Parts: sequence; C-alpha cells; structure tokens
Amino acid sequence: MSLAATLREVFFRWALRGRAPEASPITLTQRRVYVLPTRQGLAYAVALLVMLVGAINYNLSLGYALVFLLAGLGITAILHTFRNLVQLRIAPGRCEPVFAGELANFGIVLTNLRDETRPAIRLRLPAQTSIEVEILRQSSFEARLTLPAAHRGWLPLPRVTLETNYPLGLVRAWSYAAPDQRCLVYPAPAETAPPLPATPGEDGGAVRLAAGMEDFAGLRRHQPADPPRHVAWKAAARQNSGLLLTKLFTGAAAHTLWFDWDVMPATQDVETRLSVLTRWICDAHNAGLAWGLSLPGSELAPAGDDIHFHACLKLLALYAQE
Amino acid sequence: MRKSKPVTSPLVARQSLWLFGSALLVFAPLVPHLPDWLIALTTLTLLWRGILLWRHAPLPSHWLLAFAGIAGAAGIALHFHNLFGRDPGVALLVLLFSLKLLEMHNLRDGFAVVLLGYFLSLTQFFYAQSILNAGLTMLGVTFTTAALVVLNHSRQPPLRSVRLAGLMLLQAIPFMLLLFVLFPRVQGPLWGLPIDAYGGLTGLSDSMTPGSISQLSQSEAIAFRVKFAGAYENKAPRQATLYWRGPVLSQFDGRSWRIGRVFVSNRLPYQPAGEAIDYVVTLEPHFKPWLFALEFPVAIPAEGLMASDYQLLAKTPVRTRLRYEMRSYTGIVIGIDESPALLRDALQLPPLSNPRARVLAASWREQFGADDDAIVRSMIDFYRHQLFFYTLSPPLLGEHSVDEFLFDSRRGFCEHFSAGFVFMMRAAGIPARVVTGYQGGEVNPVDGTLIVRQSDAHAWSEVWLKGRGWIRVDPTAVIAPSRIETNLAFALPAGEARPLVALPGFVWLLQMRYRWDALANVWNQWVIGYNPQRQRDFLARLGMRSPDWQQMTVVLTLISGVLLLGFTAWALYQRQRLVPALALWNRFSKSLAPRGLARSPWEGPFAYAARIAATLRGENPELGVEAARIAEIYARLRYAKPDPVLTWQLLQEMKLRVSRIRLLKR
Repeated sequence: MSLAATLREVFFRWALRGRAPEASPITLTQRRVYVLPTRQGLAYAVALLVMLVGAINYNLSLGYALVFLLAGLGITAILHTFRNLVQLRIAPGRCEPVFAGELANFGIVLTNLRDETRPAIRLRLPAQTSIEVEILRQSSFEARLTLPAAHRGWLPLPRVTLETNYPLGLVRAWSYAAPDQRCLVYPAPAETAPPLPATPGEDGGAVRLAAGMEDFAGLRRHQPADPPRHVAWKAAARQNSGLLLTKLFTGAAAHTLWFDWDVMPATQDVETRLSVLTRWICDAHNAGLAWGLSLPGSELAPAGDDIHFHACLKLLALYAQE
Repeated sequence: MRKSKPVTSPLVARQSLWLFGSALLVFAPLVPHLPDWLIALTTLTLLWRGILLWRHAPLPSHWLLAFAGIAGAAGIALHFHNLFGRDPGVALLVLLFSLKLLEMHNLRDGFAVVLLGYFLSLTQFFYAQSILNAGLTMLGVTFTTAALVVLNHSRQPPLRSVRLAGLMLLQAIPFMLLLFVLFPRVQGPLWGLPIDAYGGLTGLSDSMTPGSISQLSQSEAIAFRVKFAGAYENKAPRQATLYWRGPVLSQFDGRSWRIGRVFVSNRLPYQPAGEAIDYVVTLEPHFKPWLFALEFPVAIPAEGLMASDYQLLAKTPVRTRLRYEMRSYTGIVIGIDESPALLRDALQLPPLSNPRARVLAASWREQFGADDDAIVRSMIDFYRHQLFFYTLSPPLLGEHSVDEFLFDSRRGFCEHFSAGFVFMMRAAGIPARVVTGYQGGEVNPVDGTLIVRQSDAHAWSEVWLKGRGWIRVDPTAVIAPSRIETNLAFALPAGEARPLVALPGFVWLLQMRYRWDALANVWNQWVIGYNPQRQRDFLARLGMRSPDWQQMTVVLTLISGVLLLGFTAWALYQRQRLVPALALWNRFSKSLAPRGLARSPWEGPFAYAARIAATLRGENPELGVEAARIAEIYARLRYAKPDPVLTWQLLQEMKLRVSRIRLLKR
C-alpha cells in the first residue's frame, strides 16, 4: 500500500473513530460532518479579493458593501451546506442475497426529520460512482448502493461517504458512516456443470429433465437465478409493471434428488464443488424438483420451495467460513 | 478527494435559462455607460443566445467566438485609445460576459458566468452609487445567486431558488453590516488611477464667460449640503446672507473672466468680527480644488488652505465627497491693507474694448471726483433705473459684450450684471473683481439640512474702497431682489423654462423631493461617505477607545464569532414535532407491531398495506381492507397536492380509523 493510501486509511479510521460498524440508526451529528471549500469556493474567494481591491482603489463604498455581502453569502453557504447534511439519520435497509459476480445491492434508509427537503445529497462507496438523492421533509428514502460481489460469503457494507455541495457549490460538506449491514453472496453457479446427478432413489430412474420442461405449470416471481429463457417476456410486457415472471414447468416434481458433497469427483477443489452444487440447486429449483443437500457436517432434508432454495444456497455461501 | 459530480457535466436547458436571465439583469444598469456599438453587439449576442436557448440549438464554434472576442477587443481599444483603465475595463468585461454566455457548455462555464455577473454588478458603482443603484444591484445579485443554486440543483423549482437565494442574502446582511462598519478602511487609491477614473461633472470652473453660469443653473445636481449648528440648528440664516464664496475672477480679456494670481497660506488674513455661525459642509466631488464656505470663514479645514483672494482651496482636487466642519463670522472686514500689486491687477482692462462703457465711467469720475462711493452708487442706480431684465436665456453678445449688454440688450443673468458692474468700476478707476460661488440654498424640512444645488450658482462683485477694504456689491439683488431673498424659481419672470418642481401646483412633488433628498443625504453621509475618517469618528462615538485596525479586527472577529454561533444553532435546530399525518402513520405501525406487522423503514405505504393484507388474509381480512384505506389516506396526505379542506377531512378520517384499530387490538 502506498503512503498516501495508508494515510487515507488512517484518516478514515480516525473519522469513524472505531465505530465501524455502527449501531443503527446513525445520526450525522455536527462533530462528524466536515466542511471544506470546493475549487469553485476558492475561485469565489479570489474573485471577492479582486473586487475588494477594486473597491478600495476607487473608493467605492457600495463596492465594499457588495463584496462584504458576497462574503456573507459565502459564510451562509457554509452553514446551509452543513445544514443540508447534519442530523441526517442513516439505517440499514433491505439487502437481497446475490450470486458472486453480480452487483450487491445495499439499501440505505435515509431519514430526514427536519421540516424541509434535503436536496442533492450524494452517497458513494469507495471506488464506486456516486448516486444523488433527495429526501423530502420528514420522510425516509431508501437509497440503493451497488458494489460488485466478487466472492461468496458475507460482504459487509464498506464505509459510505455522504456528501453535498448544495446550495451554492462553494463548499462541500461530507461525512462517513458505516451502517451494520452485510450482503449474503451465494457462490456463482458453475457455467459448465455435469448433469444433475442420478439418484439411487425409489424408482432408480434418471431424471428426465428435458421431458419435464415441456409441461407449463404456471408463473411465479422471477428470481435472480432463474435462467433467462424461462422468463415470461410476453406476460411481463402485458403487465407493464416492471415485474418479471418466470414460467414454471412440471413433469419431474415427483423425483427427489440428493446433492452430496462426498460423491463429487475428488479432483475438484472446494470452490468448484460449491459452484457446481449451486448450479444444480438452481437448475433443480427452476425445474420445480425437490432436492436434498448434504455437506460435510450439515445436511438439509429434501424440499423444493423457495425457503429451502435459499437455505441451501446460504449453507453453500458460508461453507467453511466463519 | 474525488469529485463525484464532474464540473464538466453539461448544462441543462433550465440552468442556461437561469444564467441568461441573471445576465440580462446584471447587464441592464450598465447600458447608459457603454459605447453604442458595444451595446448593439452585446444585445445581438444576447438575442442570439436567447434564440439558441429557445430552439435548443447547439452553441457556435470556438473559432467564431474567438474571432468575435478579438474583434470586440480591437474595437474597444480603438474606441478608448487604450485597453487599460476604468471604461475600457468595464467594456471588456461586458464583451467577455456576453461571449461567455455563448460558450457555456458545462457547469464550470456556468460558474464562470456567475462570477462574471458578480463582477459586473460591482462595475456599475463606478458610475453611480445611489440608493437606486444599490437596489438594482441587489436584484441582480439575488437572481445571479438563484442561478447558482439552480446550477447546483437543476431540479429546484424557480420560486424556491429565488426564495433560497433571498434567504441566504438576508442571512448575509448581518455579516455585511458588521464588515462594512468594522473592516479597517483604507483610503484609496492604492495606485495611480487611470485618467478616465472621473467623468465630466458640472460645477463652477476657473473662468466665466457670458452664459456659463446660466447654463449651470439649469442643473438640479447638488453642489453641497450644509448642516447648521447652534442657533441655526435645523434651519439656516437669512437667504440674503448666504453667500458661499467660490473662485474669485480678477482677469478680464474682453470676453471671459479668469482667476488671477493668488498666494496660499494656512493662516487667516483677517480677524473674526460679528456673529459666529457653526456648520458642517458635505461637499460633492467636483474635481476642482474649491472648498465652499460662508463669507468669511475663520477655520481652515485640515485638507485646505486660504488663498490671498479669501477663497478656501483644497490641497488636492475634491475627488470624493468631502465633509468639513466650518465656522464663519458675518462681520469680517477684508483687505484693508491690500497689496498695491493686487489692486493694480484689479484695475486691469483690455485696451480699446467697450468704448461706450468707458465713456460713461469717465463721465462719472469727472462728475464725482475722488468720491468712489458715489460712483458705486451711480452704477447701482444705473441698473435700478434703466429697464434691465433678469433672464436665463439672454441674447448672444458680440465683440463689445459689456457695451451691448449695458446699452442695447439689457437682458442678462447674474454673470452679465456682475461683469458689467466690475467693468464699469475698473473703467472708473476703482479696483473691482467678480466673485463666483453659490447664493442661498433651500432647507429640507425633513432633516433640516440646507441643500445648495448647481442652480444656486451665482456671480457677484467686490469693489475695494480705501479704508473699508473689499465690499460686496451684488447687482443681481438690485435687478431681481427675489433671486437673493428667495431663490431662482421666484426670480425668473413667468414663461421662463424652469425645473418642474419649481412650478406652482407641484407642492406634493416638492415634498417628495425633500423626503428623497433627506434620505439621499443620510445615504451619502453614512453609506457612501463612510471613509477611514468617518469610521474612526463613528467607532469612537460607539465607545471604542482607540479605533485602530488591530482593535477593529478584534471586535470584528468577536462579533462574527457570536453571529456564527447563532447561525450554527439555527442550522442544528430542527423542530421535533412531526407532521400530523406522519405521527398517525407511525402510531398505526406501532399498533400492529404486536402482530409482527411493524413497518420496515424502507416500506412504502402501499407495499406495507399489501403485506398486511397478505399476512392477515385468513384470520382478519377486514383489517387488511382497513390498512389499505389508511395507507391510501396517508399517501394522499403526504404526497398529493395539498388542498386545505380535503386535508383536514382526510386527517380526521385517518385519526378515526387509526384509533379504531388501536381499540381493536385490546
């Protein structure tokens, strides 16, 4: 790490003063809102100085008055910018699990208790582009910050920078917050995976997945892991509500699958096995099958519903972690 | 620190429109002071910009603008023969400003336009600093600031932007007042001013030709203001005694009268006698060294000297409004021991001019012998008994101007009468000279100051009589006594052009002018005239023991600190009382918490109601319906366009429904 980066880290640690992650709701008190002039603010100051020299040189009394008025305007700009940010409340919002490689989507609920709107507040995660939000008077707004989720497991919400230049852009007020929030990242489903394992079940037959896919059974809400070709595009277009629906198929529901860690080829490493298992679970879930999952040290009894689907994926996500 | 909103993001139409509008406001007050061709060029540029804005068309290329800029700058250089100085500087700024409007692509350009706008607001004070100018500037600055707000938040509604800009400027005013009073003032200029720093202004000059004073008397401009103290507080001595001495003209070349040779000193050449009158003069800048005082002053201001013709002179031309305390005595005798050289000068006449006047004067000398007094009286009688007219528009006079005036036209203004008188005296061998200055003035009943205007400019005469010194003789008092007793408007015969306010039937207008003048006087004294001297006096009067810059800075810092604390408290203050609808909504959510149906912070009203309905579908569908209704009312109260009657009704309904649910819970 370069010296500058180290120094920056030291500064951030000082700015948050060992509070990360903080208990919610976080209130941005006056002691944690910082204010500095922007480049425009400096240009403004230089312009005022030149104007003052002009007023002195030509003995323009009203010139003095104008310069002093604009200087006062600069001071009120500091206060207004500070006021736009101070005492804002921050609480963690929703955060749906995602698959590794996707964007984690952190919801941050900003609450404005003041009887005035707070416009043009920008939120930013380190190394990400910022989003600008406006929080109406006495209301809450859920801002959504995205962050690439590279690895499975818990992805904690990094330090959030909140800043505003409103109203004049001459000064910038900013603050840091670290709400206690994390996003569960499932392993990425393997792109190439062996077919669903044949289970030595009651009838001993292999799963006829292709056949099962022919019988349309109904629609349900689209989930991130659903294959795109199962999306009911026509239905989505008709609805016009932005909700995507996934076509469900029956045919193989009677079969029960077992995804067992131990029966996988020993040549595969842990992450590969996890991503293959993830693929299988997604496929089975999409196909409307029931499945059971067995990992070293834990086992989930066969089922086919959403709760089971997410429980399995969570188990995979957190496998050998913590 | 990374800029997350780059200054290179393009301007949206609304921002351009705001900048354009504020530019118009800033530009307008400068129009009377710019060359015509530049006004035309700028108007064309603004028009062009307006059309582009209206049609959402792209801006012109840089090349075209660069060409226009260079051509414009060349034009300014040609027009002013200079690129540096006040007027070319303002012209260049205007040019730059109008072209920048056409080269306004992104936020940074927009900000540059705002800064230029503030700059241009300042430049109009070069030309005038009246209350009106201050008001115009306030308007321009408010809208420029509103444009800056829109620049930072383009979705801000227009009225809100102006309101916010106004609020911020109002909050800036305490700081402005504080800085204005306490910021240690420096007397400018810091460096040599360009020659054109002061434009042409009217006032008495160092010479007098027939018509020069009558021209001046058309001007309603204020020459100076006088505030009397003591016995004459809030009023003034009798009009007829108010002779404000100005340049003394003793050289005559046949046509014009000029100042003769004078010596200056800082000692008084006479002894006080008669009644003392104390007063303070506030002299408007006139770019000549004259200081005006009642005849005759016994105090010489710090910035002045006394000339040998008993005129007060400033050491440097009066470039800024000057305020000085004065004391005059009414009975002073001057020049009893006048130097022979000076008396010789006061007899000088161009040879061969005005033969008829010379003949008349010689006849008087023959008739009265050594009795100078009798000759003076003869001349006064001559004016009195012949038919002379006092008029602002006398006929033009030829080569022998005094002859033509005294014997043919007999129509003239004060300069004709005094010049004719002095010529006759000199022709008869009595030392005489023309004195110019102001006579009279009007007391403003609103604040009790005496206002002396350019229209009060006057010329009278002085003759030197042995043993009695210089004696004032005012021939105008003989021809038109009301000019001296009251003022010009009464002295002029009916039908003469005169200022509107002097017309009968315009008393209310006169009253308004008095009020306005009083206000303008306070403004001039305390705002425009607040210079280092005034600042020291004022702060000393406020109780500051030694108002030097160190002490001023300390006090300034202390009071600013207190002000800032107050404003910070305002910034941190927030009313804890919630809007009623929100309070009810929170109560509703709390009442459902025991069922595990508390609202999540991110849940909107409709999503929340849907969740309640879905969860309670089996056990309590009525509650789901009720929740949907409450959510709908809440959403309408919070997010719909407010309507006072409906709001009240909905609030009552919501209150009822929420309390019913709370009862149901028990």
